[in-house]
Amino acid sequence: MSYFFYENVMDHYKNPRNKGKPDSYDTEYGDSNPTCGDNVKIYIKIEANRIKKIGFEGNGCALSMASASLMTEMVDGESLDNALKISEKDLMNELGIKELGPNRIKCVALPVKVLKMAIISYISKQNS
Amino acid sequence: MGYIEKNIKDIREDFPILSRPGFIYLDSAATSQKPFVVLEKMDWVYKNLNANVHRGIYKIAEDITEEYERSRKEISGFINASESEIVFTRNTTESINLAAYMLLQKLKRGDRIVTTLLEHHSNFLPWKKIAKIAGLNLELVKVTSEALIDEEDFEKKIENAKVVAFTHVSNVAGTIVDVKRLARKAKERGAFVLIDGAQATPHMKVDVSNLAVDFYVFSGHKMLGPTGIGVLYGKKDLLEELEPPFTGGEMVKEVHKDGQSWNDVPWKFEPGTPNYVGSIGLAEAVRYIKKIGIDQIETYEKKLSEYLLENVGNIKGLRYAGPKNNRAALLAFEIKGVHPHDVAAYLDMKGIAVRSGWHCAQPLQEELGFSNGTTRASLYFYNTFSEIDKLRTALEELVNIV
Ligand SMILES: Cc1ncc(COP(=O)(O)O)c(C=O)c1O
Repeated sequence: MSYFFYENVMDHYKNPRNKGKPDSYDTEYGDSNPTCGDNVKIYIKIEANRIKKIGFEGNGCALSMASASLMTEMVDGESLDNALKISEKDLMNELGIKELGPNRIKCVALPVKVLKMAIISYISKQNS
Repeated sequence: MGYIEKNIKDIREDFPILSRPGFIYLDSAATSQKPFVVLEKMDWVYKNLNANVHRGIYKIAEDITEEYERSRKEISGFINASESEIVFTRNTTESINLAAYMLLQKLKRGDRIVTTLLEHHSNFLPWKKIAKIAGLNLELVKVTSEALIDEEDFEKKIENAKVVAFTHVSNVAGTIVDVKRLARKAKERGAFVLIDGAQATPHMKVDVSNLAVDFYVFSGHKMLGPTGIGVLYGKKDLLEELEPPFTGGEMVKEVHKDGQSWNDVPWKFEPGTPNYVGSIGLAEAVRYIKKIGIDQIETYEKKLSEYLLENVGNIKGLRYAGPKNNRAALLAFEIKGVHPHDVAAYLDMKGIAVRSGWHCAQPLQEELGFSNGTTRASLYFYNTFSEIDKLRTALEELVNIV
């Protein structure tokens, strides 16, 4: 079955959570998928090493946008350490998707990568 | 009913992959499927005649060389060129790069190269590259909102241009360019002219002797041939005059420590062991096309193209790229509110293979206002009207879901 019919995917795609740039944030990161042009940018406000607020902007297929939306929901309020542990597999489980081809997995991987880069760049700034 | 309509069932049976149950292949602009005769011919060559071409004295080395050069003859005949004007490459992209590096020796700082916004990246980036190397100016001719070449702009830009390169048929908009007329205009201004025939040679009669072009390029894999074999047609006088940009074995007559003499054309542009099995496979593909008849293919695809436009082009919320008539049998489109990849993923679920994204023509799609790219259905003579019906049904379902 195509991911198209997963309720969760369509729900997050049509009603994205945490969409948009928050008024204030401590770190941001954006990237795109060269093969398909999906792009995701993430903004995070951090307090005491916890995600206080997270927002995303982006443009792409239903799978990439739903993954980004769901991911922001999953890490909202989490410690940075926990947020760094999230994987494509977690998002797929949550979306109810068992398997994806090598091209489509990139759609799920993009928001995960962007989240991690945003956090890592925050941590390295703190440490320097 | 034409020949193809009458024999469509038999024709489809010539293509092993088309017997996959429930499989509708609408991605022939990316690459065509291959008939048994091509696969069997290549298999036979590897099993019975394999030896490196040229210079072998033993029997099969001579036989394979003869077969290789016969394939050049077959392919040259297909576009009405002479054998010595056919340089084998890997594909259209390599042909254009090779032509660009060949022309580099004829260009000097400040010279102008003109291409158009209609182009595949492969007829844009090689020119951009040599422009950078040699300090040349590269200009792009505009297109109209229907993706036709803006002829006023074309006239203006070809004035004093040293190289003019454009496509015969657009792989995104389906535009069929009047190459005969436009090439002549460019030639009259004294430019070297290159035509990208990747989407033309599979589908229509091309006669280079009737075109004012210096180079005409195409890929074997889009016209029933194997991957890894392409053609750079070049006018004989010009090929003879130009220095080979790449050197090595096979392309020289004599090599001494302090000098060498290049081989004759076309071999001086084919360094190293060529893809001889590929070119023999392509020649077999050409024979197959000739058996069906390129005119029959053109006529049948014209009907497919019109049917596609009438039945898919008018779906609610769908916007397509390109002209309303006189177009190739392909349709690149967006559906309001659905990302092109999602359209393709939905169609995949229905067994329909299409392509989505930029189709290697991002500047064109952006110009036409397709900011996320498009989904493209592209047909060949083995496709049917009923496959277009199935595409329409699937797209209508999708429009109702979203
Ligand atoms: C118009 C056009 N030009 C060039 C190419 C590049 O062909 P190839 O990838 O075989 O080099 C294509 C194929 O995608 C094409 O459609």
